[in-house]
Amino acid sequence: MTLIVNGETLESSAATLSELLLVLEFEGEWLATAVNGELVHREDRRACRLSDGDRIEVLSPMQGG
Amino acid sequence: MLELYGTPVSSRLLLGTARYPSPAVLAQAVRRSGTKIVTVSLRRETAGGRNGGAFFELIRELGVRVLPNTAGCHSVSEAVLTAKMAREVFSTNWIKLEVIGHHDTLQPDVFGLVEAARILVGEGFEVFPYTTDDLVVAERLLDAGCEVLMPWCAPIGSAMGPQNLSALRAMRAHFPDVPLIVDAGIGRPSHAATVMELGYDAVLLNTAVAGAADPSAMAEAFAKAIEAGHAACHAGMLGPRDMAVPSTPVIGKAVFS
Repeated sequence: MTLIVNGETLESSAATLSELLLVLEFEGEWLATAVNGELVHREDRRACRLSDGDRIEVLSPMQGG
Repeated sequence: MLELYGTPVSSRLLLGTARYPSPAVLAQAVRRSGTKIVTVSLRRETAGGRNGGAFFELIRELGVRVLPNTAGCHSVSEAVLTAKMAREVFSTNWIKLEVIGHHDTLQPDVFGLVEAARILVGEGFEVFPYTTDDLVVAERLLDAGCEVLMPWCAPIGSAMGPQNLSALRAMRAHFPDVPLIVDAGIGRPSHAATVMELGYDAVLLNTAVAGAADPSAMAEAFAKAIEAGHAACHAGMLGPRDMAVPSTPVIGKAVFS
């Protein structure tokens, strides 16, 4: 299925959000995730099933003013 | 001591973490400024990347409290989602709420700001709204549940210093019990001292320190100016007079001719 991760379109067979993060080698307790504009808590990523066309955001800390 | 949402804060300087020449210089500036609160942000992580992790560790080591922002958000929904994601990452209910209304001036969209503030307060956030010096907007933000206000004094990063002193004065007079932090537009320590002399509770800076030739020295200069302005405000300053007033008493002066 086609997913949009941080604005990039990609093909993936990951069934859940946690699986997708693993495949794309996103790791770290500092990440925050959202699917289709809704926050997905760390503990809910395993249960978060992905569907074709889902928009996923993976954010991490950076410098800010 | 200054209290922000019930948290005592021993430094009246809040420091941004962006635009430093290196993480080491950032760390130096934070330490030398004596700040207890730094602002941070969130951005897209690259797949397989560890960019965020290094910064996260650096901030942890500095042992300061973080105030995440919603910089770059131009809509209510974007700002609200960013705030929630920031809470997930930084484990804090504090959020510096920015809803930007104009690309060139980075002026807050005050309508969106009030709406987003109301939503976030309802979700348990402690909102630090980046706002203008408009009193009506300030009232609305307080109605929405904000307990701190952060008016600009000039556009973000402009280094112009206070552009409307009477508006800042009016805001201080209207909200004597609300912590007021000047956020954005400060360029020099004298600007910071000026707003502190007006009775502002704190100053939030970034570019003025990060962009200085020697950021950590400038951080210290700002810390001193902020302390001086605060002390002066409470020491009771003289008002200006039109004519000279001799400082040396004239009574008893010798007459030689």
